[in-house]
Amino acid sequence: MKPAPFEYHAPRTIAEATGLLAELENAKILAGGQSLVPMLNFRYISVDHLIDIAKVEGLSGIAVANGKMRVGAMTRQRELEFSLDVANYCPLLTEALRYVGHRQTRNWGTIGGSLAHADPAAEQPTVCAACDAVVEIVSKRGSRRVAFKEFGVGFMTTTVQPDELIVTIEFPLWPPGHGFSFQEFERRHGDFAIAGAASLVEVGPDRTVRRASVALCGVANTPVRVGEAEDMLVGKELSAITARAAARTTNSVEPLSDVHASANYRRHLAEVLTFRSLRAAAARCGSPF
Amino acid sequence: MKREVSITVNGREYRREVEPRLTLADFLRHDLDLTGTHVGCEHGVCGACTVLVNGRSARSCLLFAVQAEGNEIATVEGLSVDGDLNALQCAFRDNHGLQCGFCTSGILMTLTELLRDNPDPTEEQVREVLTGNLCRCTGYAGIVASALDAAHHLRKESGY
Amino acid sequence: MGSKLFGARVTRLEDPSLLTGRGRYVDDVKTAGMLHACFARSSLAHARINAIDVSAAAALRGVHAVLTALDLPRAMRKARMPMLVPNPSIATSLTQHCLAQDEVCYVGQPLAVVIADSRHIAEDAALLVDVDYEMLPAVSDCRDAVKSSDALAHLTLDNNIAATFRLECGNVEEVFSSAPHVFSEQIWQHRGGGMALETRAVVAVLDRAIGQLTVWSSTQTPHIARRMLADLLDRDLESIRLIAPDVGGGFGPKAIFYAEEAVIPAAALKLGRPIKWVEDRREHFMCATQERDQYWNVSIAVDGEAKILGVRGTLLHDTGAFLPWGIIMPYIAAATVPGPYVVPNYALDTTVALTNKVATTPVRGAGRPQAVFAMERLMDRVAHELHIDPAEVRSRNFVQPAQMPYSVGLTFRDGKPLIYDSGNYPLVQETALELADYADFKERKAAAREDGRFRGIGIANYVEGTGLGPYEGVTVRVLPNGKVSVATGATTQGQGTRTTLSQIVAESVGCRIEDVQVVAGDTGAIAQGVGAFASRQAVNAGSSASVAGKTVRTQIVKLAARFLGVTEDEIDLDDGVAIAKSGNRQSMTFGELARLAQGMPGFAMAPDQTPGLESTAYFTPSQASYCSGTHVAEVEVDAMTGAVKIVNYVVSHDSGTIINPLIVDGQVQGGVAHGIGNALFEWMKYDENAQPVTTTFADYLLPVATDVPTCKIVHVESPSPLNPLGVKGAGEGGTIPAAAAIVSAIEDALSEFGVHFTETPLVPERIVDVLREAGAYEVLEEMT
Repeated sequence: MKPAPFEYHAPRTIAEATGLLAELENAKILAGGQSLVPMLNFRYISVDHLIDIAKVEGLSGIAVANGKMRVGAMTRQRELEFSLDVANYCPLLTEALRYVGHRQTRNWGTIGGSLAHADPAAEQPTVCAACDAVVEIVSKRGSRRVAFKEFGVGFMTTTVQPDELIVTIEFPLWPPGHGFSFQEFERRHGDFAIAGAASLVEVGPDRTVRRASVALCGVANTPVRVGEAEDMLVGKELSAITARAAARTTNSVEPLSDVHASANYRRHLAEVLTFRSLRAAAARCGSPF
Repeated sequence: MKREVSITVNGREYRREVEPRLTLADFLRHDLDLTGTHVGCEHGVCGACTVLVNGRSARSCLLFAVQAEGNEIATVEGLSVDGDLNALQCAFRDNHGLQCGFCTSGILMTLTELLRDNPDPTEEQVREVLTGNLCRCTGYAGIVASALDAAHHLRKESGY
Repeated sequence: MGSKLFGARVTRLEDPSLLTGRGRYVDDVKTAGMLHACFARSSLAHARINAIDVSAAAALRGVHAVLTALDLPRAMRKARMPMLVPNPSIATSLTQHCLAQDEVCYVGQPLAVVIADSRHIAEDAALLVDVDYEMLPAVSDCRDAVKSSDALAHLTLDNNIAATFRLECGNVEEVFSSAPHVFSEQIWQHRGGGMALETRAVVAVLDRAIGQLTVWSSTQTPHIARRMLADLLDRDLESIRLIAPDVGGGFGPKAIFYAEEAVIPAAALKLGRPIKWVEDRREHFMCATQERDQYWNVSIAVDGEAKILGVRGTLLHDTGAFLPWGIIMPYIAAATVPGPYVVPNYALDTTVALTNKVATTPVRGAGRPQAVFAMERLMDRVAHELHIDPAEVRSRNFVQPAQMPYSVGLTFRDGKPLIYDSGNYPLVQETALELADYADFKERKAAAREDGRFRGIGIANYVEGTGLGPYEGVTVRVLPNGKVSVATGATTQGQGTRTTLSQIVAESVGCRIEDVQVVAGDTGAIAQGVGAFASRQAVNAGSSASVAGKTVRTQIVKLAARFLGVTEDEIDLDDGVAIAKSGNRQSMTFGELARLAQGMPGFAMAPDQTPGLESTAYFTPSQASYCSGTHVAEVEVDAMTGAVKIVNYVVSHDSGTIINPLIVDGQVQGGVAHGIGNALFEWMKYDENAQPVTTTFADYLLPVATDVPTCKIVHVESPSPLNPLGVKGAGEGGTIPAAAAIVSAIEDALSEFGVHFTETPLVPERIVDVLREAGAYEVLEEMT
């Protein structure tokens, strides 16, 4: 399974990279390659140019300031997995990364690559959806910031244009002590998610929910924020009953059927995992049920 | 169009001209005659092609040789010390950690990274890391026993 | 005297080379001037070929040739692959052409081959081969295949039934009509494959100077392959040397002789250049043979005490588009159903259906796992309906040790009456139950349930015919440098053949194990050979090695006695040295004796001496030797998601005398992993157009390290009386009852919901669907 021939470019700066993207036809960015290269090897896609951005300066790193965590697009998943900053400030991401592929793939895969590839089952985009992350994208034409809910536009399609490059993902932070949980159902450890649920909760001293975020992966073309569930939780006490009711609202999703699972099963899992996610998140913020 | 690359493998530098689409796995096996690294799937699941790139485990079927320019690669051929089996290899022999041997090279590289980063792994941790490598012969028990045995020996040696 | 080797946990001689990356698999073979091949394959499951246009492909730079059927030697153009194991029940013994010409019958069937400077270019060119297809209706589901319908798997046939046969003994009609209890099950077992980590590969090199064609192939059966090739190429057998070097796993599919194994050598002869072909994983998913789709409808008749009165039913088996190994698999399945139980009346009607998918042939277990699944589900059903413990039901029906040798009343696939030679089924099960803490299980189950966890236990038994003939030869020869060379037709794909044979020879000849050098899988080393399948090599090659080794020992003793001037009974052999026990304890090394045995130029040999210290033995078994075993699986099921975790797995295993426990345990553990795959994960899916849908390792799931627990294995040795070593085969026993035990355990775990499972693989989604139908989620709301 050898790929079709292509030319290889290894720019050193963002300007060089966007210059190449603007000038070359049928070119693709090569980040970690863990999703792209299998597709090239299968010849599901073919490119005339691969632009390897591994050596571009300033594209990786984690910085926390002013209530935000900014992550460079080329930051390797492994770096995120072991980052104390991520564990402290955005522990949902740390937990989600445990489900992402295997050690060998996390050594090379990047968060920007995962977002650009936009697999419906991918964990990192789901965390971005739950956190209302903002994606910074540049091209020769300029730069723009995209709210994550506008980032995915269809099946494995994002708003990123052929001449654009993702450079940073910015996570607004939840307050210390917030509840979080990422729960996923996979057939084997490290497999693609059949379905997954991410939840974030902020609970007041009276145990009522001030704020909640529930996002699902594997149940639609893009990660789904379950607004109904969130609305149901806010202002109520976090309990098994409210969590179950919130989980039940996920029944309105219309998942995909494929060789791994039917739509029905995914819908069933969405409800179970949402409940389990809320239960784990509640325990983490001192309101166990 | 071919490109010239300089890649260090097991401590030795090689300069070659390669097509961009040549994977690191094929480069090692066919351009450098280092056939210890094996190819099982070419889509990044089976792990038979695992090597270390700058000390980090990688699926060499998902890396192109041109990407490895300027990097240090470690393969199974570099594990033995003066032609003798190293502690990990001895453990595999003593604990029947291999049968057909096809997945073994990749597994040895994966475990080399694990034991370097975590000298005292639990069985659970060993199994978790091994999920990135498929074995069809052994049912994994011998591999896990080998890894834990090797960890034990290495800790003793270094007075851990 | 050196330490005892036979029966010892000797570490493997193969390992140092494999551990240091010095293994030599077919893709590691390189010669000067080598070209690379890629096959152009059918993208449709069934089509007429109107034309194949190779011009664009051939014009690509770096391409040396693009061959279709018309470019093959005349004898090969229309030739079909030979069918091994004919059987009178087969109505149409269809096998594949070398390259398809008029019709393609499965996705992936080869129709042209590109030979180029590199595999990359060959793949580029293969995509340019332009085939003018006329699409035909494809037969995908074997249940549709047997209904009279418009879709035919082959244009040359007027129906899709390749064979029908009935295996029977006693009188089922009589027994079923009067039995107190009759229970029936419908059982589905889906397609799967061997999936060795190394794909198929062939290298062919012609040495014109000596007229020798050397072929390396990733095969389990080099001697058989050589015979096939000699016929197809119309060459003298002796002008072909076929080598199976290190092979990265076999498991059955590599015992088949494939079209590619004929086409690549033909291309090498035609182009006069060495040619290498290495299959990629996607090709392997499409074109390497698989096993199953089987649909069983079976019934069991029992009395009030759960004693079996009879078993009967039907089996529908999907053979795919061709029958390269005849009907071996469904036949073995039909003959395996009775297992370790007394089944006085039995009848199974089997229909073998053709479909437009790749052929099915033996994969680890070879039809037995399917039979055991059917029988053990019936036994569990009896236990459930009559409210008797499942282990007790089985106990009541065992063939007892005193009944050995026991005639089942059927004919086995080797053409002989099915007679179990030895075994102690009650002891094997008892041992397993004890090791599994079966007696305390109810408490464990209740404790888990209080904690919200669903635990279950399942038992499965099997009997397996191993050590099949016709033979496997070994030549033992002492070399002038004192080493002992062993050549055998046995082959190795990871089962440690070299080590086990070295153990046997070192002990029988009296040398050190380090001095034994084994050449396996090379037709140049020994004249006749068969190869690895049906767990036959330890029995056959092991026995031959023992016989040949002992003969050589006798020769050594005789020669040493003559030269040391003592009687034969005064000679001791130890670690490669012959020592005279009396007098000065003079000695001679085996190497010195070997030189003497060569004779001196011009001098006559001693009257009763033959040249050299060597002997060749071909042990020919009279029939199969029968292993048995009991597996006990304990699982926990997440009732909300259907996820299954195996928390404990016990194997009680009787494969006769054990040569190397390290290796046998490895075979059992590895076999169980296959069984877990069959039970929970592996499902080769095709759509309604017979297009394969699971063609990557992400879609077809093999168990990983967190899915396979370390088994607790105990050995019960009932030596076989049928061979000098008392051994039986050990390669497949781990797989055979595993799916049955695991599915039984899952059902037990969820017993409070009254659910019932009769399919493999049993996937989480299916468990959830069945639970939902049973109303489980109304009760489980509280728990989630």
